[in-house]
Amino acid sequence: MSLLDFFRRNRGRRSAETAKQRLQVLVALDRSGGGGADFLPLLQKELLDVIRKYVEVDERRVKIELEQGKDLSVLEVNVEFPTARLRARAVA
Amino acid sequence: MAKVIVVTSGKGGVGKTTTAAAIGTGLAQRGHRTVVVDFDVGLRNLDLIMGVERRVVFDFVNVINDGIRLNQALIKDKRTEGLYILPTSQTRDKEALTREGVERVMEELKQEFDYIVCDSPAGIEKGAQMALWYADEAIVVTNPEVASVRDSDRMLGIVNSKSRRAELGLEPIRAHLLLTRYDLDRVERGDMLRLEDVVEILAIPVLGVIPNDPLVLHCSNLGLPVILEPKSKAGQAYRDAVARLLGEDVPLRFTKPERRGFFDWFMRRSA
Repeated sequence: MSLLDFFRRNRGRRSAETAKQRLQVLVALDRSGGGGADFLPLLQKELLDVIRKYVEVDERRVKIELEQGKDLSVLEVNVEFPTARLRARAVA
Repeated sequence: MAKVIVVTSGKGGVGKTTTAAAIGTGLAQRGHRTVVVDFDVGLRNLDLIMGVERRVVFDFVNVINDGIRLNQALIKDKRTEGLYILPTSQTRDKEALTREGVERVMEELKQEFDYIVCDSPAGIEKGAQMALWYADEAIVVTNPEVASVRDSDRMLGIVNSKSRRAELGLEPIRAHLLLTRYDLDRVERGDMLRLEDVVEILAIPVLGVIPNDPLVLHCSNLGLPVILEPKSKAGQAYRDAVARLLGEDVPLRFTKPERRGFFDWFMRRSA
C-alpha cells in the first residue's frame, strides 16, 4: 500500500449508493406485482405464431429480453431467419 | 389488554430469534408478564438462544394437536421474573399448525400475559404467515443489505394483506423496522446502506438500530439473551428498542460516529 493509497482509501468505493438505487428499482417492481414477467413465455409463443404466418422461423433463433427500469422497461424481441425463406414466402 | 407482537423478516439469518429473545426478556424486565412463542416448527432454536433447551418436555404443537395443557408446555425462565417460553416441535413440520389451533392457544395466552412475542420462521409462506396471523404489531428485522431489505419489503406486503386483522378489516398491524448488524464504520465508508436509506425504501417507523457486536455471538454461545449482558452495545440498543415499544421517546444510539482522536483514526486506517 503506497502512502497515497493510505490517504485515498475511501475514494471510489461507494457501493452503498449502488445498493440503494438497485433496491429502489427492485422494490418498485415487486410492489407492482412480482416484476410482471410471468407472461413472457406465452407472449413468445403467440408472437411466433403470428410471425410464422409469414415466415418460417426456427424456434432456437428467437430471443426475448426484458430490461426493467424504475420508470421504463424495454422488451426486445429478436427473430432471426435466413433471407432466402422470406423471399420464398413473398413470391409464393 | 394483551398484545401480540410478531418478530419477522422474510430472509433467514438476520437475527429474528436473537431479537425475539432480547425483546421478550426486555419486556419482562420492565415488569410485563411476557411469553415468547417459537413458531419455527421443525427448526426449534428459541429455547437454545434463551438457554432452556434442556428443560423442553412438551411443546406448542403438542398443545395444539395432542391434548397437552398449555401449563405443561410453558417453560418459566429462571433468570428473568415474569418471562415464559413456549418452545416448538423439533420433529413435526409447519403443517402441524392450524389457524384454529394457533388462535385457541393465543386466546389462552392472552388471559395470562401482557405480551406475546412470536418468533417467526424465515420465508414468506405458511409458517411465517401463521406466526403473523394473530399479531397486533410486527417487528421487521432487517440487515442493511440488499437481499434482506428486499425480503423485508415483501414481508411487509404480507403483513398488510394476510393477517387476521387484514382479513377482518380491523386496524392494520403496526409494523416497526429493527435494523440489525449495523456497522457504522462501513456505513461511514459508504460501503453499507444507511439507516436513512433503508427507512426511505421500506417507509416504516424505526423501532431500533442494533449495532454489529461480537457479544451477540458470545451470548448465543452461552444461551443468554444479549439484553442481559450490560456491556453489550447490542444489548443496550435492544433495551432502547423495548422502551420505544412501550411508547417512550428514546433517542437512537450507535447511529452516528463517536468523536475519535487522531490515534483511533490512524489505527483504523492501517487496520
